[in-house]
Amino acid sequence: MLDVVWLIPALPLAGFVLILLFGRRLGDPKAGYLATLMCGAAFVVTVGAFFDLLSKSAEEREHISKVFTWVPVGSLKVDFSFLADPLSITMCLFVTGIGTLIHLYSIGYMHGDPRFSKFFLYLNLFAFSMLVLVLGENMLVTFLGWEGVGTCSYLLIAFWHERDIAATAGKKAFVTNRVGDWGFMLSMFFAFQATGTLSYLGINDAAGSIAKSTATAIALFAFMGACGKSAQLPLYLWLPDAMEGPAPVSALIHAATMVTAGVFLMCRMSPVLEVSSSYAPTLIAVVGAVTALFAATIAVAQNDIKKVLAYSTISQLGYMFLAVGSGAYTAAIFHMITHAFFKALLFLGSGAVIHGMHDEQDMRRMGALRKLMPVTAATFIVGWLSIAGVPPFSGFWSKDDILLAAYDKSPVLWVIGLVTALLTAYYMTRQVIMVFYGEARWHDAHEEHGAHGDVQPHESPTIMLIPLVVLAGLSIVGGILNLPFNATTEKLTHWLEPVLGTHDSDTAKLPLAAVATVIAIIGIALAIMIYGKHKAKPIEPAVLADGWHYDAAVSKFMGGPGRGAFDAVAWYDANVVDGAVNGIGRLVRGTAQKIRTVQSGNVRNYAAAIGVGVVLLLGWFVVVRGNR
Amino acid sequence: MQLFVFICAGLMILAGAVGVITRSHPVHAALSLILTLFGVAVLYIAQEAQFLAVVQVIVYAGAIVVLFLFVIMLLGVDKAEDLQIEPLKLQRKTAGIVGGGVIGLIVYAAIASRDNIGVVKPPQSDAVTAVDALNPHDSNVRRLARDLFSDHVLAFELTSVLLVIAVVGTVLLARRAPKSPTRTTTETSS
Amino acid sequence: MIAAAPTTTWYLVLAAVLFGVGTVGVLVRRNPLIMLMCIELMLNAVNLSFVALSKKLGDIGGQTTVFFVMVVAAAEVVVGLGIIVAILRRKPNATADDLAELKG
Repeated sequence: MLDVVWLIPALPLAGFVLILLFGRRLGDPKAGYLATLMCGAAFVVTVGAFFDLLSKSAEEREHISKVFTWVPVGSLKVDFSFLADPLSITMCLFVTGIGTLIHLYSIGYMHGDPRFSKFFLYLNLFAFSMLVLVLGENMLVTFLGWEGVGTCSYLLIAFWHERDIAATAGKKAFVTNRVGDWGFMLSMFFAFQATGTLSYLGINDAAGSIAKSTATAIALFAFMGACGKSAQLPLYLWLPDAMEGPAPVSALIHAATMVTAGVFLMCRMSPVLEVSSSYAPTLIAVVGAVTALFAATIAVAQNDIKKVLAYSTISQLGYMFLAVGSGAYTAAIFHMITHAFFKALLFLGSGAVIHGMHDEQDMRRMGALRKLMPVTAATFIVGWLSIAGVPPFSGFWSKDDILLAAYDKSPVLWVIGLVTALLTAYYMTRQVIMVFYGEARWHDAHEEHGAHGDVQPHESPTIMLIPLVVLAGLSIVGGILNLPFNATTEKLTHWLEPVLGTHDSDTAKLPLAAVATVIAIIGIALAIMIYGKHKAKPIEPAVLADGWHYDAAVSKFMGGPGRGAFDAVAWYDANVVDGAVNGIGRLVRGTAQKIRTVQSGNVRNYAAAIGVGVVLLLGWFVVVRGNR
Repeated sequence: MQLFVFICAGLMILAGAVGVITRSHPVHAALSLILTLFGVAVLYIAQEAQFLAVVQVIVYAGAIVVLFLFVIMLLGVDKAEDLQIEPLKLQRKTAGIVGGGVIGLIVYAAIASRDNIGVVKPPQSDAVTAVDALNPHDSNVRRLARDLFSDHVLAFELTSVLLVIAVVGTVLLARRAPKSPTRTTTETSS
Repeated sequence: MIAAAPTTTWYLVLAAVLFGVGTVGVLVRRNPLIMLMCIELMLNAVNLSFVALSKKLGDIGGQTTVFFVMVVAAAEVVVGLGIIVAILRRKPNATADDLAELKG
């Protein structure tokens, strides 16, 4: 199967082409089934490739499959090839696996939408791009996938583009990503200049010989790209707005896959990061930790069911970067996997709630849905416990690995991580209580809305419930991937070791784990007291609800000096560039007007002109050429 | 003797030419033209181009200038032109420059190359011209005829066509406009 | 010098002067008929140089050319006079300056 590793991205691409040609004819739901089938087939191939890799010895787990020579220009030789090694196959497994589940879910969620097949068109294109990103053997192929996922993100966020908010959100996502992409490109240029190749194996093998400052540049610019794609400070502001897209989109792109691309990139470049100046990983860890805390504080005050999850995603991604910065790459990947499970679950669950509440997204108008949507509620609760870090759910193990690494790096970062964990438990519990417990507040909404008909919350169709159940199961048992008890249980670490190296720690794990568990329980308890039992008033200050006014600050900057710069450029274009072009037109016309006067219509004028010409010609021949 | 002939003919030519451009009355100008044409004919004979001299007198002086005079008389445009006014400014100055330039340059070229004429022979194109070169002592008419009707017979035929076309074209051009339709209708109605 | 025979060069010079006079005439005169006559002067100048050079080079081709020039000059005068007749019939006192309708 390793030989056909190119099939993994090719299958969703085939799905894309088929739906492009026949989508409208296939319609609802056949187009959806086709897309799901393609994604599922890719998953099967990935599993096959995984077992193939497994059968090889640890050092040999590296298979390059060249598709074609892409850029043979002088000293720049870039092939369009795929690299199948433990890291990329791991990513492929959960991208295709969760992708297939979300495709299946979408068939139910998007049922009845007039642009049903277009949704799956974009979903398959996204799957293709993400797989190209992950399987890329060199930075350029990854960049192709990087841009592809950015484009698909834009297309899918703005899927309901009749709504202005959605269209704007799509643009915001794309433009913000672009800023990050600039960083990625610079990183590529530096890498090529330092090592003469863009291939990961080439760069990582040559990492030892790269000058420290260059390595730092490569790593930090790549991190800038990662900040854009993975929504870290200061480029995170597109992710909350991206919730305008349908819930499956939020689950797939903005929870499980695209936003993890940044973390993936940093892990791929880990050898370079290792040899850069020590402030680079520290910077990454600090940015990650601060973002985690920042986002968690905002999530506490959000009322939209998906916005809470969006800020939660930013926060969890912050954890992953904290791990990367602390040198624990495996921990970052582990948390990425578990986060994919439970965050996708939570998003899909929220989608089921929204679907069942007839597109109501404000949590203040929900409540007591547990009895009416039992499966949704049960799976959502599993996701909640996982993200809150309650053992033995998967989130506990992965978050713990990260907190351990943070502690090794710096106790301050560990404390920040702990506070964030507290807040995470708190706001997630708040969300669960507001949605599924308490009093049914949707009747009040009905009275506010007027004659809408009674809101009858109902459970979602089975096709949407299957992925929820599967993901819930994975969230429960996902921890076994990397249980920290001894070397044999640390399967993921062992598996990824050839690529990511190991991160040994002397700190005792048990006390830290205990502290983390206690913190989680405190958070849950606080939330139950405030929102469940109403023992205290909710703390939801406006500054947090508005995201620390960050969005407004950016708008003001862009609107003020930013706009000034844009206006200057626009003025330049209109006056200087257009003026030059129009000026040439005017010049020609003016000259033509003057020259017109030569045509007097008078024969004698013409004769005179001819005569003068004859004299000049004769003069040249007689005087200049003379006696040849 | 040759010199005397040349000078007389030259004077005739120049006097006639100046007369053409300076006489205000068209008929006087036409007569000056005849003087020039005769002078040129004399010089043709001096250059042993007897046939051409005769053709010059018959065709040019005898037909073309007569044609000019016909037109002048028939159209009644024999009013003298006022040579004092010149509506176009600079025209006379330009004419002076052009004329002076042309004369000066060609004279200079002629004098500068006076030793080089005939040094570079044009390529002999055909067998007949080679024949002509073999018999330089034939009469002028014979030589001319031989060259005309062998090397240039096609051009000769084409000139006859040209003449026919010219005549037909001019007849059409100079015709009075055909009778207008209103006259015929009035005739039929009345 | 007085007794010298006129060489080809003298003929060429004479032809040049005649040509120049003809050019000046075309540029200066306004009566269309006289302009045509000046053109005839120029053609005669050219013919004269052809004949002179034909004699000098011994090539009869020059005289053939003159023959054709005369034929074409005749045709040209015929057509030109036809045009002048057509114009002057409409405007009896037209000069070359009055025929300026192709003014751009």
